[in-house]
Amino acid sequence: MEKVEIITEELSTEADGTRKHTMMLNMGPQHPSTHGVLRVVLYLDGERVKEAVPHIGYLHRGIEKLCEDITYQKCLPYTDRMDYLASICNNIGFILAVEKLLGIEDEIPPRAKVAEVIMFELGRIESHLIGIGANAMDLGAISAFLFCFKERERIYEILEMVCGARLTTSYPRVGGLPQDLPEGFPDTVRNFLKIFPKTLNEVDSLLTRNKIWIDRTKGVAVISKEQAVDLGITGPILRASGVPYDLRKAVPYLDYENYEFDIPVANEGDVYARYLCRMEEMRQSLRIISQAIENLPDGPYIADLPDIVLPEKELVYTKMESLIRHFVLVYNGFETPPGEIYHAVENPKGELGYYIVSDGTGKPYRMRVRGPSFVNLQALPDMVKGGFVSDVVAAIGSIDIVLGEVDR
Amino acid sequence: MTPLPGLIDLIREKLHGYILSENTFRGETSFTVKAESIVECCSLLKNTLGFSYLVDVTVVDYLTVKFPRYEVVYMLHRFGENYEENLRIRLKVSLEQDEFTIDSITSVWSGANWLEREAYDMFGITFRGHPDLRRILMPEDYDQFPLRKDFDVRDRESSKRCFERALEEGLE
Repeated sequence: MEKVEIITEELSTEADGTRKHTMMLNMGPQHPSTHGVLRVVLYLDGERVKEAVPHIGYLHRGIEKLCEDITYQKCLPYTDRMDYLASICNNIGFILAVEKLLGIEDEIPPRAKVAEVIMFELGRIESHLIGIGANAMDLGAISAFLFCFKERERIYEILEMVCGARLTTSYPRVGGLPQDLPEGFPDTVRNFLKIFPKTLNEVDSLLTRNKIWIDRTKGVAVISKEQAVDLGITGPILRASGVPYDLRKAVPYLDYENYEFDIPVANEGDVYARYLCRMEEMRQSLRIISQAIENLPDGPYIADLPDIVLPEKELVYTKMESLIRHFVLVYNGFETPPGEIYHAVENPKGELGYYIVSDGTGKPYRMRVRGPSFVNLQALPDMVKGGFVSDVVAAIGSIDIVLGEVDR
Repeated sequence: MTPLPGLIDLIREKLHGYILSENTFRGETSFTVKAESIVECCSLLKNTLGFSYLVDVTVVDYLTVKFPRYEVVYMLHRFGENYEENLRIRLKVSLEQDEFTIDSITSVWSGANWLEREAYDMFGITFRGHPDLRRILMPEDYDQFPLRKDFDVRDRESSKRCFERALEEGLE
């Protein structure tokens, strides 16, 4: 707790007549441990938190409004900017939602589906590395953060190899992949699968039996099973509270039912349990990736749907018809059937849902994003109430919020 | 998703009298229910049919498309026995014109708190009985509702006023 700004100090009278100091502390929006621009107003009684009131909206860009005015293809880059630590997962979630709206799920080539699974799980590992690393760094364990960051760089290299961008990937397209997977992709991923468990074990040995880490996290920011379900919390926080709910098993998408993996569940519901869940989830993601990379089928990488998919660049430059089609698709977008769908994916942070209302044109009439961080952050006041002020930092880190997604 | 057709029938039976219409698109079922009965519907679904998880609350503004203008959408999820019988449904409520209020469902799920605050912030719909209905994403003194279809995106006056007020407060 370095830079907390004292705004006011007031006296309150308790029921038994004793007068106590209640101090109001403003934590954030520029505080290193708030992971962005979160502001939490804390009402303190000494070191104890009486009440915490989160204030959000500092990063609100109105993505939902912006998307109403542009075609579906152009919405894709906006989805990167929500959870920018796992932008590939947001992209794939959005693409799957649009594919569901169009009703073309069955026409997506298997190669594209398997590639999307690999990218999705890489995104999950990437996000969990930051989640664990930043949580540990906030509590003083900087070396764990560096180990995590080193490995994240390797994932970024794979992402760069596949889609040309590191952070804002905007990768798949409606109907499949924009281009075929690059040469040497399977070997790069296999190499990563070989190296990564070592780092995971290093982080494990740095933290899991570390006395300071355990003291700072065990029994801290506990949320019970009932509370978690009542608040609508999803992701590793919910599973650390004992609910084995994972959309990859509950409502499978991208043929996740064909992969063998387990869902880690803990019952304690504290920061330590969340850390353990995230660690185990990364191991399970490795399992999924290794199954996917061994079964990566050959064949087309994008569906043959001329009304939806852009024609190949070479044809655009040489054929009149392709040029016209390209122009129409970019200018008007593809036509969608009128209706409404909700599609959710298991993002690293929880359930990311897209609710799209279509009026039959190439632009979404309404696009609602159900961000996991937004709903999960609701639990913060319950988590920190009655705890120490230094545990607020542990709680925020363990929720693993990304303000880009909270504020959208 | 597992179809569970029997359960949909059971919902129809339980909510009989509340349901105005029903619609299935791409395997997703939505029920339009009476606006005044939303709290009863939700608690019925939660307590007798096990819809223990509220996924989302949002609003759609059909300004020129249909009347009444606003539709509040609730997405509910049921885990089922041993978390294996997952089912999702959608409840929809049309709001009467000139009366943009609806009962809050925070008494059923406390997770509705921020979701309803966001709906209020973006559409100006008042949730009766909400414990803390304040703006959540926009500045507190902002006087417009940005996700309404008649919101003018080029009109910067409201944001400018908020910014200038914040600047003055900062200088003091």
